[in-house]
Amino acid sequence: MSMTCWETVQAYAFRSIGIGENLLPKSDFTLCQQFTLIGSGMIWNLYFGVLALTFGFFLANAVALAKNARNPLVRKPAEWFVFVFRGSPLFIQFFLAYEALILLPKFPGIEATLVAVFPVEVIISIDIGSGWQTRAWAGALLVLFLNTSAYAAEIFHGALKSIPKGDLEAAEAYGLTGWKRFIRIEWPTMLRLGWPGYTNEAIFLFHATTLVYFSGFPAFSQKGDALYYANYFADKTFNPFVPYPIVGFYFICLTLLVTTIYGAVNKRLNRHLPSNQRQKIRLRPNLIR
Amino acid sequence: MFAACADPKSIEGLTWGFCYLTSGKHVDFYWSFVVVLALLAITAPAALGMGFMGATAARSHIAPISWLGKIYIWMVRGIPDIIFFLFFVIALDQGLEYLKSLAVCDGGAWPWQGLEFRVCQEAKVPLGASSSGWHQAYGFGLAVVTFAIVFGAFVANVIYGAMQAVPHAQLETAEAYGMSRAQVFRRILVPQMWVYALPGLGNLWMILIKATPLLFLLGVKDIVYYARELGGSKTQAYEYPHGDWRLWYFLGLLVFYLVFTSLSERVFARLSRRLSKGQATSGGEAMRKAAA
Repeated sequence: MSMTCWETVQAYAFRSIGIGENLLPKSDFTLCQQFTLIGSGMIWNLYFGVLALTFGFFLANAVALAKNARNPLVRKPAEWFVFVFRGSPLFIQFFLAYEALILLPKFPGIEATLVAVFPVEVIISIDIGSGWQTRAWAGALLVLFLNTSAYAAEIFHGALKSIPKGDLEAAEAYGLTGWKRFIRIEWPTMLRLGWPGYTNEAIFLFHATTLVYFSGFPAFSQKGDALYYANYFADKTFNPFVPYPIVGFYFICLTLLVTTIYGAVNKRLNRHLPSNQRQKIRLRPNLIR
Repeated sequence: MFAACADPKSIEGLTWGFCYLTSGKHVDFYWSFVVVLALLAITAPAALGMGFMGATAARSHIAPISWLGKIYIWMVRGIPDIIFFLFFVIALDQGLEYLKSLAVCDGGAWPWQGLEFRVCQEAKVPLGASSSGWHQAYGFGLAVVTFAIVFGAFVANVIYGAMQAVPHAQLETAEAYGMSRAQVFRRILVPQMWVYALPGLGNLWMILIKATPLLFLLGVKDIVYYARELGGSKTQAYEYPHGDWRLWYFLGLLVFYLVFTSLSERVFARLSRRLSKGQATSGGEAMRKAAA
């Protein structure tokens, strides 16, 4: 029964994505098992975080610009989007999205469209009553994507508003107008000014991924994230002093990684400035959303 | 509850809707909003107190106290807060049970055996035989303490920054006038720091509002719990049969939070204007110029 630590790692390292040993340990929990399985759950936290941030970056830019638009038909929807996603708890957004995604195929017409677009998945899922869109990998990713877009859009919108007036006047004096002025002056300056705030947003989006399996989206055949496994161990051993600090350790490592990557981008965005005028990244707790 | 609602199966239309929304379970649901507001009303001052103490400790000239304050402030960075919530609730619960076991259990064995936690039945908090009301109250109490500890750390961070932001020259002037350290702290530093702390505290208040659904994770019967209970589809065996209405209940919660946060935003904007009066900040300067 007793396995060496290396055997445990081989058996459980990819447990959360369905590779390797399927049966979870039931008794005699070792530190190695906890480290391995919680680490395996981190794969999902990475998946949600990386994809939501990647797609969210583009939507955030679009929404920030729309919020800055003069035309109310463009501006108002963007303002409402940001208001709804920043003004309500992510937790409720998850629940709401889950219920909405369950009901979605039941509306007339939508099912036919879904079958046409995604034939295989829907045909499989209609029998069990819940489609692929109610699975965490798609549904929760959608919510996180929209949520981070709203938070980041607010950051970029603030940055857009604080572009120095002189920069824009100088651009005009050089004959840069319209699209050219935007792509060469406004957009890079917006990114540069907003980047420290956006770095914090990225860190806290990763933290927010821990909410996924506590908020409606079920973990199918126990393929959960880091906190899901930590909770499993805490429930089984009645000892919170081991699994939660392990999750904390993994997240501190992740935070350091994010800070390094975003710091490199920040350096590039600021490379033309003298060293005393550069934007510095400061870690600010921003927490629950 | 009402005479007209005695037989729900025979009524329909508006009356049905009225009776449905005033059923006993729905009244519990409305009370759970009060629970959320109560949590906010207790937690906000508690967290403010914890934060104030943390920030004061971090500024202390006695090294161990200052380290303690700084560790408390830095604790919340880098680690997702939800982990603190899950951790503190179990840790506090076990700590209490361990202390009680020292008093009531004989032998007093170390409860963390290997990777498990065992205390004798008499040391359980609350006792296994206690009513569910006690269990609920205990769960709520643990939640309040946990919220106060975690949010206290966030508040400490904001207040520490605000204390640093008070112009140093003012503190030196006060000392030159012969005020003691305690007097400078009480008369100059604390009254002035609020205007610097307000944006951060307002932000934290929003975060605190948005953190209240976590009560559900801590096992308290809060609005999320009732929304799930009441919204789930009800068969004919129930008094008020209906389909899966959870979507509409959660939509209601979403609207509740949106109204709450936007109202708070307005209150903070007004408060900020009032506090800026006569302050050496750009906001205060703008008000002075507008009046002149």
